[in-house]
Parts: sequence; structure tokens; C-alpha cells
Amino acid sequence: MASKMTPVPTPETKPYWNGCAAGELRIQRCTDCGKPYFYPRPICPSCGSTSVEWFTASGKATLYSYVINHRPAPGFDEEAPYAIAVVQLAEGPRMMTNLVGVPNTPEALVLDMPLRVTFEQRGDVSLPVFTPEEA
Amino acid sequence: MSNPGVIIAGAAETNELGKLPGHSTLALHIEAAVNAVADAGLTMKDIDGIATVAAPGPVQVAHALGIYPDWVDGTGVGGTSFLLHVRHAIAAIRAGYAKTILITHGESGRSRVGAPGYRMDAASPVGQFEAPYGTLGPTTTFTIPALRYMKEYGLTHEQLAYVAVAQRQWAAKNPRAAFRDIISVEDVLDSRLVAYPFHLLECCLVTDGGGALVVTSAERAADFPKPAVHLVGTGESSETPMISQMLDFTESQMFRQAGQKAFAEAGITTADVDHLMIYDAFAHVPIYGLEALGFVGKGEGGPFIAEGNTEPGGRLPLNTNGGGLSYTHTGMYGMFAIQEGVRQIRGEAAAQVDNPEISVVLGNGGMFAACGVLVLGKQPR
Repeated sequence: MASKMTPVPTPETKPYWNGCAAGELRIQRCTDCGKPYFYPRPICPSCGSTSVEWFTASGKATLYSYVINHRPAPGFDEEAPYAIAVVQLAEGPRMMTNLVGVPNTPEALVLDMPLRVTFEQRGDVSLPVFTPEEA
Repeated sequence: MSNPGVIIAGAAETNELGKLPGHSTLALHIEAAVNAVADAGLTMKDIDGIATVAAPGPVQVAHALGIYPDWVDGTGVGGTSFLLHVRHAIAAIRAGYAKTILITHGESGRSRVGAPGYRMDAASPVGQFEAPYGTLGPTTTFTIPALRYMKEYGLTHEQLAYVAVAQRQWAAKNPRAAFRDIISVEDVLDSRLVAYPFHLLECCLVTDGGGALVVTSAERAADFPKPAVHLVGTGESSETPMISQMLDFTESQMFRQAGQKAFAEAGITTADVDHLMIYDAFAHVPIYGLEALGFVGKGEGGPFIAEGNTEPGGRLPLNTNGGGLSYTHTGMYGMFAIQEGVRQIRGEAAAQVDNPEISVVLGNGGMFAACGVLVLGKQPR
């Protein structure tokens, strides 16, 4: 049976995945212009500086947009239909995720609802997913 | 004149579109190339430049056709690639690198004969930061911005559905369109959910087919059997390799950026545009395109289509072949959007608009990833 895709870290993304394994959402920011950014890479997309650092984000986010997918990807048959969401972190950057601890329905998933990060083990990797803040 | 004119001298699609299990990807390229070169009244020996996407790529296509070119372009940025090939061909012709350039598309999108496999590199950015969340192709990614747009601008499910309704009205006039039965908003909303808020009829087809173009200098315009289609303005841009990193889910920066370049070069405004093609892999994309090109203000694209402005009899004929939603969509639809623009300017379209002088073609690649815009003219500018 097909299994869910497991991400393979690269040297520049390893601190992110190490953070996830430690239960922290670690992302990067520019030490010149100060802007946080995602996804991990060794250059600031705002100002082009290569002086960047890792920090631990609050894990708070809001629901920016989503779809509810009725044609499951390999390994997702049991969850279908399931939401594929994009959340906006409190620090500004956006990331794709899944939503847990909440029915994946249009009624339950209201844009801008507050969320917080939690982690789901997949193979050797801990994968950040989000759940309603009040849950 | 510092920028000598360049034209499309030949344009054609494969003999058939749809389900073609008897054609490999390469065979579709070859059939489209043969048809386009014949349409220009030329032979393969006249071609000295080649452009297409991998796979099979320009080397394979040129070799199969017996062409040993002076200029090769393999730009592959998704379904809009062919619009970028046209733009790059213009530069090559102006630079003297080539005189007669063939641009080909062939894709066994439905039958997958001799087609590349879908592979996802789990170590790539998209493999690490999107695919683990259960994405499965464009229906699960290209569609994600729509709910945000709906919340910000009040676009309704009915207005989104009407995009498919309007385009089906054009397809009904086109014998080559895959789907030609008139549909209602209710039909669209009653079709099964693929990825909420998108129903099946708000998603493009998946077909086999191909198309090709011959691009050359405007000074040769009188040498060809068909009326020249002048390339009077072009633009290109790119934005994001991952839908989650699109700058603003309610607008496409790259559509706007490429469109502004193309309109400025052509010296036109939206009021000059008689015919419009906007790549429609999904029903929301024409709305984003109309707004990015400045035909309507932000949030006005959905109502503009729902009020009938883009359907037969409307003031801005849009996606007159029926579009990716009803005509054909091999996976890289951009070639078919260009072909319809060419047919309209030549006056040979199935649903012909009344004597258009200017046709604009906006192509999308990937999931709001890359963009090309072409302004086609009956006359040079």
C-alpha cells in the first residue's frame, strides 16, 4: 500500500527539521533587514542579504486559505476528503500544512481562525501540522 | 526601426485532439510541426531554429524532423512555455541568430503514451514543504488561493461556476471542442467536488494533442499563404515554485508584470483589445487574469464574467475556443491559447469574433509559477 510522502532534509533545511523533531517551529530571519522568511534558504528574499539566522517561531498562525481534497494522494485514503491548507504564521511567513483536531469541512474551517502548531511523526521526520488555538 | 517586426507565419494543431492512444508524445510534436510548417507554405529545410519543452525536448524534436538548427530553446516553465518561446524567438530573429523558428507542443496528457512519469523529489523545496501534506497535482494546489479571494472580494460560488458556463457557450460553437453541451450554474455546482470549492466542471480537461508555430521576420509577411499575425508586444515573468509562497493569494503579480510589459511594448490599453485568451486550468484563473491585465478592478472579475461580458455577444470575447475547461487541455495549454488568438486575427476561428485587430494571450505555467503574455495584431505597430 502506498504511503504518505516523507520529506528528505537537505543541509540548508536540516535546522528546520531538527527543530520539528524537538517540538519547535524554527524558521529564519535576516539579520540585516530583520524580516522573517520561509522556506529555509541561505539568503534573505527581501533584501538579498546572506546574513541570516534561525529562530524559534511562536507556533501561532491563522488560516489563510485551503482546499478540501476529494482525490487523495498516496497514503491519504483514510483522511479523504482532507484539507490542504496554507497558514500565515504570526511572524508573517506562510506555509502549507494539514489541519488536525478539527473536522475538515467548510463549516468548521473558517478563514483567519487562530491556529497553533503541533507535530506529527512520519517515518524519521516530525512534520508540523496545525490545530485550532482553543482546542 | 530599431526593433524590426516579427510575425507568426504558420500555426496549426494536431489533426485531432482528445483521446489519441495511437500517438506518442513525440508523434504529436511531429504531426503538429508538419501541419504548422505546411500552413506557412514551407518545408522542414526552411527551419533554422527550434523551441519546445522537455520532454521530449528541442534536441529530440529537431532530430526527429531532420532539423539541425542554428538556435535552440528548451525553456520549460509549464504550460506557458510556448509564449516564452515566441518571445525568445522574436529576440533571436532580431539578433540574427535564426530566420525561421519552429515552436512545437505535443503532449499525451490523457493516454500517457511515451510521456514522462510524474516524479516528486522528496528533497526539493516542494517535496519537503508541500507534497507531504497530500497534494496531488494542480487540482490540489493551483486551486488553494481561491477561498482567500472569495473571502476578500465576495466572489460567490455561483460566480465562480459561471466562468465554466460562459466558456461552454463558446465551446458550443466549436466542432473541435471536447465538451459542447450548454451547461448551467446548477450543472456546475451539481458536478462532483474535486477540491472544495472546485467542482469537476470548474477544472480543466485532460487530453492528448499538440500544436506548433512558425515565427519569422515581418519583412517576409507577403511570402506566406496565410495573413501574417504580427507580434506587437510580449512579456514574461515568474513568481513562485510553490503555491504556498504566492505573494498575495488574491492577485497574480506575474500576470500583471508580464501584461504591463506586453501592453507597453504594443502601445495599447485594454480599450484596444478586441479578443482575449486567458489560460484557464481552473475557473478562477480568468478572474485573476482579467484583473491583473487591468480590464476590471480588483474583485470585479467574477461579476464581469457573470454579467455576460465575456460570452458570445459580450463586449470582451474571452477564451473563444472554449478554453481549457471545454476545448482541450493537454497539460500545457498555452500553445492552444496562442493558436486561437492566431485563428481570430486571421479570421478563421470556429467562433469568429467580428474582425479583431488586437488579440491578447495570457499564459500561465505551473501553479501561478510563470507567465507569458503575447499581443497579436492584424497590423504591425
